[in-house]
Amino acid sequence: MAPKLPPQHPLEHSTATTAGQAHEHDDHHHYGGPGGIKRWLLTTNHKEIGSLYLIFSLSMFFIGGIFALVVRAELFQPGLQLVQPEFFNQMTTMHGLIMVFGAVMPAFVGLANWMIPLQVGAPDMALPRLNNFSFWLLPVAFGLLLSTLFMPGGAPNFGWTFYAPLSTDYGPPSTTFFIFSLHIAGISSILGAINIIATILNMRAPGMRMMDMPLFVWTWLITAFLLIAVMPVLAGVITMMLMDINFGTSFFDAGGGGDPVLFQHLFWFFGHPEVYIMILPAFGIVSAIVPTFARKPLFGYASMVYATASIAILSFLVWVHHMFVVGLPLAAELFFMYTTMLIAVPTGVKVFNWVTTLFRGSITFETPMLFSLAFIVMFTIGGFSGLMLAIVPADFQYHDTYFVVAHFHYVLVPGAIFAIIAGVYYWLPKWTGHYPDERLGRWHFWLSVIGVNLTFFPMHFSGLAGMPRRIPDYALQFADFNMVSSLGGFLFGASQLLFVAVLIKCVRGGEKAPAKAWEGAEDLEWSVPSPAPLHTFETPPDMTSQAPQRH
Amino acid sequence: MSGSYYVPETSKWPALGSAAVGVMMIGLGVVLVHGVGSLIMALGTVAVLAVMWFWFRDVVIESRQGLYDAQMDRSFRWGMGWFIFSEIMFFAAFFGTLYYVRTFALPWLDGEGAKGIATLLWPDFTASWPLMNPPDSSISGPHDIVSPWQLPLVNTLFLVTSSITLTVSHEALKEGLRATARNWLIVTLVLGACFLIVQGVEYYEAYTHYGITLDAGIYGSTFFLLTGFHGFHVTIGVVTLAVMLARILKGHFSRDDHFAFEAGAWYWHFVDVVWIGLFLFVYVF
Ligand code: HEM
Ligand SMILES: [Cu+2]
Repeated sequence: MAPKLPPQHPLEHSTATTAGQAHEHDDHHHYGGPGGIKRWLLTTNHKEIGSLYLIFSLSMFFIGGIFALVVRAELFQPGLQLVQPEFFNQMTTMHGLIMVFGAVMPAFVGLANWMIPLQVGAPDMALPRLNNFSFWLLPVAFGLLLSTLFMPGGAPNFGWTFYAPLSTDYGPPSTTFFIFSLHIAGISSILGAINIIATILNMRAPGMRMMDMPLFVWTWLITAFLLIAVMPVLAGVITMMLMDINFGTSFFDAGGGGDPVLFQHLFWFFGHPEVYIMILPAFGIVSAIVPTFARKPLFGYASMVYATASIAILSFLVWVHHMFVVGLPLAAELFFMYTTMLIAVPTGVKVFNWVTTLFRGSITFETPMLFSLAFIVMFTIGGFSGLMLAIVPADFQYHDTYFVVAHFHYVLVPGAIFAIIAGVYYWLPKWTGHYPDERLGRWHFWLSVIGVNLTFFPMHFSGLAGMPRRIPDYALQFADFNMVSSLGGFLFGASQLLFVAVLIKCVRGGEKAPAKAWEGAEDLEWSVPSPAPLHTFETPPDMTSQAPQRH
Repeated sequence: MSGSYYVPETSKWPALGSAAVGVMMIGLGVVLVHGVGSLIMALGTVAVLAVMWFWFRDVVIESRQGLYDAQMDRSFRWGMGWFIFSEIMFFAAFFGTLYYVRTFALPWLDGEGAKGIATLLWPDFTASWPLMNPPDSSISGPHDIVSPWQLPLVNTLFLVTSSITLTVSHEALKEGLRATARNWLIVTLVLGACFLIVQGVEYYEAYTHYGITLDAGIYGSTFFLLTGFHGFHVTIGVVTLAVMLARILKGHFSRDDHFAFEAGAWYWHFVDVVWIGLFLFVYVF
């Protein structure tokens, strides 16, 4: 099936790592365009833009991580230790915003850029210039967001959910800049999503039907739809905030006939699909890796597609589960409780399919597989705590406690982030032509698993015992749990330095990878040489004769 | 062995565009927060417009060089279609706001349902729509409202007619009747411009005679939010169609290759449909 492409020299820069170094070693053999920094500014190439996204995401991951460590350091012991409560609030807020919009989302878009054209046999993204625009909006957006830390009154301090009137009447002056940075990031997401949908619908190799697409492509198609549907709602709600702050409107001011609860409805109508935006592509990555290392086709390919689609549809019907305690009619509480629980069904289908794929497979445990297996286990833990939160009377108790913090960190860190890391380990050979260092990878994996669980598992207990979230100080009985969480947090943070080490090593050299870097890998990306040349599939491969392996 | 799908080698517009967007937004932020910096904002805005001009110019040139194949055409179609979908969702948030305020927020403030607790704050408040007397006495509501059967009705006629004239123009273009296409497009543009002028008059009256202002409570807020963003989109549509007129005059477009025109038409119809929603829910009901 492999279209015979001439082998080409490795392009050292087409990797997901360390911008600094890569620049010096540019290899201009096959590339006529401008060099140096200009090359990255002007590029229209999906691989280079993918790398830019991934590098950007990694830097944001560390910046957001440092903010989290400030929080954990403060919470190491009860009492006010290191920072003022005001600054503490800025740290929790910026941590959440940066991780959600700056780290997780761009990482998935970066992977989409790199892999979707390779997986569907396309020469590039459908709209290459727009693609570059989507990326370069991000540094602008997050430069602006970070600059609020140095503004009078400080950075946003109202939590990543920026509830009105905390953010409108009582927010710092920098809130206006925060709103604009989110506008810019939102435009970037919408344009990126449009590009991804157009690529998937229009750029598939001849003969590749929708139901032949790898699941990463499928999950991204649905994610892109979610993005286009809800990012504009976010843009709308922050625009209304902007007007309340600067132009005297009363959208979220009951005194003028508006309603702060309206803010929450609008925010969560965006916010809940948003959490699926951060997990659906992760499902796609795990659905690629598990079959590869179990050496079996994915169990239930079609049901995976339908489950993803049902999750996406349901995700528009559950947003009120974030607002159970705000004071709503009983009918609303019941309706949203049941719809929320319903989401567990398609999610369960997915977990079942992964486990069944493993069943009687000949499994090996390379680093990408380790992270994927950990994903399956720990994401499921997060799903279960989600189910607990879905029960209205129980949520009255759990809401705004550390139990919620435990829940969403289980689905986001060993969920979304582990899947991203797994994907990076899995596709690094394709990007760099070298295998990532297995030994370091294992260290990275085990330290991360231990760190994550030390950090977030005790939060279930402190939350159930009543510890509120977003508070710099706490009652003495929570001291032990918090100390463990903080130690775990620093362990997890430090182990990510190993990840950087692996990435740098892998770009520089290492065991050479063949085109098909993993024995059990089946998708189209493994038919092009490793490292993938700058331009691939300029003439699309013919897939008509290719019998799909999935069914 | 390059394929037929056109992938431009490099382009400076995306990066310059992001920088321009950054300057514009920082300028606007500084104006709003510190009351200075309108020059930065103006520069940024001009830069954004300039980048759009040059970027679209590149696309037009490439298109006329025949670099785009049928697949590229489909990419543009998907792109434009999903972009309009995102715009629909943007307006959906605002229509949802209007619906929520009228159906839930105001009756609850008036003491209806289990949330009657709010009556403790403003016991004298009575819900009504349009809301002439906001709960808090420090916010003075409008004293009159815009009658739907005067200027808004005229504007409805303008926009609905313009959608028809635009379709006539499009059909003519498809038949190769360029002069007819041009004339009907001019009619469309005139109707669009009339709409904007009438809207301007209406805003003037709202502010000066009716007391409908941004800070007149939730009625003024939703009124200007919905009509304002709609008017902004009409402006974009008019500019787009004006560019299409210029291109027709320059001899661009052929019977079966004129997607830019079609995209502009899609956008115009979208703006028209949003207006119908506005007319019904902001003015009539
Ligand atoms: C079976 C699936 C899930 C269920 C039933 C569920 C349920 C819930 C509920 C009821 C809450 C609100 C808790 C409260 O504030 O009192 C919540 C919060 C949250 N969930 Fe989930 N969830 C699920 C999966 C996910 C996934 C997959 C993600 C993200 C990848 C996620 C991310 C979040 C976040 C970020 C919050 C907290 C937002 C905040 O208040 O800051 N959840 N979840
Ligand atoms: Cu949710």
